Amino acid sequence: MVIKMKKTSTVQTLGKYLGEFKLPSILTPLFMVGEVICEMVIPVLMGFIVDKGIYGGDLQYITHTGIKMLLVALCGLACGIGGGFFGAKASAGLAKNLRGAMNDNIQTYSFSNIDRFSASSLVTRLTTDVTNIQNAYQMILRMAVRAPMSMIIAMVMSFLLNPRIASIYLYAVIGLGIVLFFMMRSASRYFQKVFEKYDGLNESVQENVSAIRVVKAFVREDHEISKFQKASNNIYLMFIKAELKVAGNMPIMMSTVYICILLISWLGAHMIVSGSLTTGTLMSLLTYCMNILVSLMMLSMVFIMISMSAASAERIAEVINEKPDIVNPENPVMEIKDGSIEFQNVWFSYNKGSGEPVLKDINLSIRSGESIGIIGPTGSSKSSLVSLISRLYDVTQGSVLVGGVDVRQYDLTRLRDGVSVVLQKNVLFSGTIYDNLRWGDKNASEEECRKACRLACADEFIEKMPDGYNTYIEQGGTNVSGGQKQRLCIARALLKKPKVLILDDSTSACDTATDAKIRRAFREDIPDTTKLIIAQRISSVQDCDRILILNDGEVAGFDTHENLIKNNSIYREIYESQTGLGNDAADFDSKN
Amino acid sequence: MAEEKIKEVPRHNRRGMPRPKIKNPGKLFRRVLGIVFRSYGPQMILVMACIVTAVLANVQGTLFTRTLIDSYITPLKETADAGGAVDFAPLAHAIARVAIFYGIGIAATLTQAVTMTFITQGTMKKVRDELFAHMETLPIKYFDTHAHGDIMSVYTNDIDTLRQMINQSLPQMLNSLITIVSIFISMIRLNVPLTFLTLAMVAVMLFASSRATKISSKGFVEQQKSLGRLDGFIEETMTGEKVVKVFNHEEETKKKFDELNEQLYESAYKANAFSNILGPINAQLGNASYVLCAIMGGVIALNQSAGFTVGALASFLTFNKNFNMPINQISMQANSIIMALAGADRIFQLLDSEPEKDSGYVTLVNVEEGSGTSVQVTAENEEDAAQMSDELKSKIVSGLTESASRTGKWAWKHFHKATNSTTYVPLEGDVTFLNVDFGYTDEKMVLHEVSLHAKPGQKIALVGSTGAGKTTITNLINRFYDIQDGKIRYDNININKIKKPDLRRSLGMVLQETSLFTGTVADNIRYGKLDATDEEVVAAAKLANADGFIRRLPQGYNTMLHGNGSNLSQGQRQLLAIARAAIENPPVLILDEATSSIDTRTEKIVQSGMDKLMAGRTTFVIAHRLSTIRNADQILVLEQGRIVESGSHDELLALKGRYYQLYTGKKPELAG
Repeated sequence: MVIKMKKTSTVQTLGKYLGEFKLPSILTPLFMVGEVICEMVIPVLMGFIVDKGIYGGDLQYITHTGIKMLLVALCGLACGIGGGFFGAKASAGLAKNLRGAMNDNIQTYSFSNIDRFSASSLVTRLTTDVTNIQNAYQMILRMAVRAPMSMIIAMVMSFLLNPRIASIYLYAVIGLGIVLFFMMRSASRYFQKVFEKYDGLNESVQENVSAIRVVKAFVREDHEISKFQKASNNIYLMFIKAELKVAGNMPIMMSTVYICILLISWLGAHMIVSGSLTTGTLMSLLTYCMNILVSLMMLSMVFIMISMSAASAERIAEVINEKPDIVNPENPVMEIKDGSIEFQNVWFSYNKGSGEPVLKDINLSIRSGESIGIIGPTGSSKSSLVSLISRLYDVTQGSVLVGGVDVRQYDLTRLRDGVSVVLQKNVLFSGTIYDNLRWGDKNASEEECRKACRLACADEFIEKMPDGYNTYIEQGGTNVSGGQKQRLCIARALLKKPKVLILDDSTSACDTATDAKIRRAFREDIPDTTKLIIAQRISSVQDCDRILILNDGEVAGFDTHENLIKNNSIYREIYESQTGLGNDAADFDSKN
Repeated sequence: MAEEKIKEVPRHNRRGMPRPKIKNPGKLFRRVLGIVFRSYGPQMILVMACIVTAVLANVQGTLFTRTLIDSYITPLKETADAGGAVDFAPLAHAIARVAIFYGIGIAATLTQAVTMTFITQGTMKKVRDELFAHMETLPIKYFDTHAHGDIMSVYTNDIDTLRQMINQSLPQMLNSLITIVSIFISMIRLNVPLTFLTLAMVAVMLFASSRATKISSKGFVEQQKSLGRLDGFIEETMTGEKVVKVFNHEEETKKKFDELNEQLYESAYKANAFSNILGPINAQLGNASYVLCAIMGGVIALNQSAGFTVGALASFLTFNKNFNMPINQISMQANSIIMALAGADRIFQLLDSEPEKDSGYVTLVNVEEGSGTSVQVTAENEEDAAQMSDELKSKIVSGLTESASRTGKWAWKHFHKATNSTTYVPLEGDVTFLNVDFGYTDEKMVLHEVSLHAKPGQKIALVGSTGAGKTTITNLINRFYDIQDGKIRYDNININKIKKPDLRRSLGMVLQETSLFTGTVADNIRYGKLDATDEEVVAAAKLANADGFIRRLPQGYNTMLHGNGSNLSQGQRQLLAIARAAIENPPVLILDEATSSIDTRTEKIVQSGMDKLMAGRTTFVIAHRLSTIRNADQILVLEQGRIVESGSHDELLALKGRYYQLYTGKKPELAG
């Protein structure tokens, strides 16, 4: 019952997005009904041709009725074409509107909304799921009306022609319907299971393809093959069981048709002899018999199709119905006074505050223009801390102030323009370097773009590229190295001319020298911007005004490098492990 | 929210879809049939017999309508009208006879469905198993040069279309063909001119649908293109959605999305509309054919020429109606068969890909020292003899005998054809490169004149910028790739002479990207030695510093790992990879240190695990960590495929060359 309720609301949700395609959605079934009526009239005319024309020896009648039949056929053609066009329009239109509605809503999502779905799942919902719905909708508009209509009309016509014989059909349809329903239901459950196993098998292929180096290095080819064959054999056996369940479908259909034909022939012969039935009518009845049973088969296919697309419909509705949990306040503050930041008794946990707290009672006060390094082990919530400043997430308790005002009172766009974050997992978009840079400022002049790149030490490699700033960045930024990508992302963020600049592990793939150069540029060229720098390397933060040490969601130290070395054991430990000249990982790796 | 797998959009078997272009469909078709017939010859013949039986029974049923009317009902009616006694017994007999025909038809259909299930699933299993077994023999190069998504799609989409072809299209095609032929024969026996009229209408039908198909396939191509554009955009924005937010780029994204969405709508609408009208066109042309035949047949029947009775006309009209369906079926099935053949083509391409070549004959065997008969030393050629050090010669003479049990001592069993003798060279882990040139393609060399010598137990650090050729060198030692020029020797044996499985068994590998398999933690460690006891597994985990975290997992060593160990952290996965290599206990190790930023503490644990693993083994390490590099016996600095500097840390620093620059981040001249 509960499931049924949910499905209704899913249908309602999706139904809202028919929009301008309501008319074709109504016209399509109407045309289909027209086509069905024509198709049903034709056997009657055929019967007349045989009965009155051929057996009656009336050639003129044959010609006249033939012309009538052609006209009906033409009418059927028109309806068929109309149904075809409007059906395609309605379903393609619904798909368009659903995609649009999903995208519109996704654009209002907060970070936690996005986390809840994950990017790859959103992609599936926008592509595969919508295609499923489009196909199912077209099927429903055209077949779901057509099949029962054609069954009902054929039934009515048969009853009009001869109620006694028509009642045979009724029993046959009911009997066959019940049998098919149960067979399909048990089979579809079986198939569901088989397909799950099948997915598992494909996953193991996937695993082998991506881990082929390990397989070969350990000489485990035979081991993998025997593992695969065992799984493959299991699927073979299960598949056979499932397929055998549906193998009876066709023979049962055929039996029903044949039994009907034989019964009609026997009864029909008696009726004809007794004069209560004509040969032509008998032939029409035989045609309707086929019509009814074929419609039934079609109907069962429609049901399968609908139930298959139900999951897609639900997934789409989820995206559309998701409420963004960060929205603009009423009467928002439009201006950020300065780059000062304050954390007051801040607690934070993911999943709308229901998860484990990842930040515990944070109190910080950062002056405008200060440069702050943030360091701490993985999982110490460095990224979570900075994401609260530009309101990517909302605090669970306490408040975060920028320029003396709670971030929840700012206009979101203004706040995020004023607080520029270079995310740890950053992406560039397909387009030229200029296009990408101008994400930071739509109207930035070429000169401004170049200046930002100079500050981010990106100018050198860009100028070496054949097309310079007009170089086309491939999707996912695959044609620039990790260090280059990071520097472009920094330049992009600088173009916002922010009051606060946050770098979340954003120079990890740059070598020490470049890293230092970027920091020097920050110091000299944007002294008034508050800078927060998250890093793994102590060398990246040691010349900051103050360094914040986070451990397990708590502040474990907030002081200058010199003081921390003296007084803070965690800091000292990290420092010592990165001994010497402060070099480590990236030095031998990065390519300038 | 659980991560959903991106499912392949099912390939629709829609009418009017463009047909993929394939070379030599006939040959492909024969090959597919060959596979089916070779394993299921008798069953296939049974299926064909069943199809023929079912069709013939069906035609008998259709003919029955005429017999019923002409031979029974009409005479009975006439008798009744004439007031004679009506005997229904002959009719009852006739119906019983037809019932038997029907019964046979149903039995044949059922037999066909059941047999076909076994044939299809059996063939699928065979193709799957063969594909997988063959895939495992393919060289690494294959996987490096083919998109993994494409390989996967062979297992999913292509096998599935092939299944549909064998299970549905082929039987239906055969069914339709036999139906067409038998109906055609029946029609031509009833009346020749009417038959030609029917054929003419079929030609019109085929012509009309080929025109509509042309329009719709153009539409589908267009739809595919706009779908590709929109999908690409969706992929990009969804992955970068957080960046979109950070830069307040929502409106621009919406605008671009709506534009692409509109384009897709336009093309999808057109393609589907033309595909949709194919059905009605054919159906109504079929009706027209019926009317024409009725009129013409009426003329003939009423003239009573050539014994064409009214009953015969009625039957003919039924045939006319039944004739159009199989013809439509064939044109639809032809589409899906061609699609399946395109899939079969990809399957065969994978099956026909050249497997890894292995002409090695030197094998790795367990040996015992002493007691055995001494073996004569004969180098197979002068060059080998010259390169054999005196020390090595003495070792060979020292006499090792092969042992069937695990002695813990290994040796290379080297058979010399020239002298028909066998030598045993102890496995030590001495690796030399001599003027090695290598390129992934012959056109572009990536390694030039690389020479190095790693003595047993030495640690060799490879450093240099991305693309300098560090990973390439390690790919050559285990023969993932073969060199173009020069020599690589392992324990003084040319590695080309060593059987690849044995060579690889003597090399341990810990890669930067850890690949784990679905299975328990213990299974994953045991991957290095399949017959390892539980104690050995724990010991290896302890050595790798993995024991601690494994015990904290919910089911300890029996915790299931899925999706490349996605429930573990990166550091933990690395520890498992170290344990996996440790249990294999190879004399030579290839390590690729992770560059990604795991935090300092975990890094320390991983580092110490690696150090324990490296102890006493010849190790090639693609080094990123300073401590690893400093402790190396030799550091090789690579630049653009050449070793530009080599030596110990102190030696290289004193050089003030490339290493100095990498190490200090300063240009040497500035450093003064």
